Amino acid sequence: MIKVVDLHKSFGNLEVLKGINTEIQKGEVVCVIGASGSGKSTFLRCLNLLEEPTKGEIYIDGISLVEHKKDINRLRQKVGMVFQQFNLFPHMTVLENIMLAPVKVKRIPEEEARRKAIELLRKVGLSDKDDVYPSQLSGGQKQRVAIARALAMDPEVMLFDEPTSALDPEMVGEVLAVMKQLALEGMTMVVVTHEMGFAREVGDRILFMDEGVILEEGTPEELFGNPKKERTRAFLSKVL
Amino acid sequence: MLEGIFRILSDAIYFNLIKEDRYMLFIDGLKVTIQLTVFAAIIGIIIGLVMAIAKLTNNKILNRIATIYTDVIRGTPSVVQLIVIYYAILGSSQLPKLLVASLAFGINSGAYVTELIRAGILAVDKGQMEAARSLGLSYAQAMRYVIVPQAIKNILPALVSEFIMLLKETAVAGYIALDDLTRAGNIVRGRTFDPYTPFILVALIYLYITSMLTAFMGRLERRLRQID
Repeated sequence: MIKVVDLHKSFGNLEVLKGINTEIQKGEVVCVIGASGSGKSTFLRCLNLLEEPTKGEIYIDGISLVEHKKDINRLRQKVGMVFQQFNLFPHMTVLENIMLAPVKVKRIPEEEARRKAIELLRKVGLSDKDDVYPSQLSGGQKQRVAIARALAMDPEVMLFDEPTSALDPEMVGEVLAVMKQLALEGMTMVVVTHEMGFAREVGDRILFMDEGVILEEGTPEELFGNPKKERTRAFLSKVL
Repeated sequence: MLEGIFRILSDAIYFNLIKEDRYMLFIDGLKVTIQLTVFAAIIGIIIGLVMAIAKLTNNKILNRIATIYTDVIRGTPSVVQLIVIYYAILGSSQLPKLLVASLAFGINSGAYVTELIRAGILAVDKGQMEAARSLGLSYAQAMRYVIVPQAIKNILPALVSEFIMLLKETAVAGYIALDDLTRAGNIVRGRTFDPYTPFILVALIYLYITSMLTAFMGRLERRLRQID
């Protein structure tokens, strides 16, 4: 479903990604772990072209993102993204946040979009927050709205960029529960995370990134149980 | 003594306001000043919005045009701009003076509004654009539905302050023989040979309007702070 070939990304003289190769299958949950500055977030942001690759190719359903930059708005509809800082639109209510893209981009009638938004809010456990503004929500609630907003476009894959890193500890659980439910429903997901418990339990495959490359990958059992590389062992011993 | 002062005052009021219905000159002048300010403000906002976006896009030519515009307008006196636009550009056409002056002041105000809006847009968190684009919105849609509404909210008080400036700036419209409030004062002075009373009156009228706008700005700021 997603294929990444020799992906490079530099910011000025700083090379952040130094050749990433991987493939993500439909329905797979891939968790990306690694130290800060290892390039995990940049890798994720390249997958919907929020960062433009310096070199290399990204294919979604066989279509090259790099070659079809003009169609990027259409291609991005297939890829939902959830940010560390939520990035809800503060001047819109929760419902308006969720309805904006379906109505303006997909041209879905407002009534239908509203019905769907209410349904999605129920799904993330926020059925009584329709007309509330984001500033009145807790961090965990904001992130669940952000997930609902991304889902409203019916994406084929969801990208999560450290979705729980900005949350108070007691709110991490409610967001992870929603993500776990999504995974169980068969959503294809790429999750950059520091939540090793979540990666181990929900992830089908773990990518360990270090200094701009995927140093090691495997199932959670392989990677957490029996890491092969010294760097992986050192990292895991610090975070587990 | 007291009677003397009373005498001077009543004479001043009679000659400057009542005789030949001269108060009508002030009222008509005020109408022109208000119309001029409102039209110019609308033109200024439209130009400002377009130029601010032109400054922020990656298109080098648009950047250049917008920069030249703001540099020229902010670097020259508004009276000179008014005269140039009136005589050189639009003086030969049959357009009404009020429209020409509105356009001139709108073009002038637009340069300041451009900088305000640009700063307001830059102050909106970068993540807002990313979130909008990640949902499939085009750059234009993201600007229209997500970025600009937040930017306008941020700069609304500063925008009101710009329009207070604009209102006072229109006092030079008399240079192209437009009968605004200031020129009404001038006309009355020419008839009564009293330099003080008409212009004190004119000043009080300007002051009244600007203080209302300032009070409105204060209320607006408090309201906006409550929403956040």
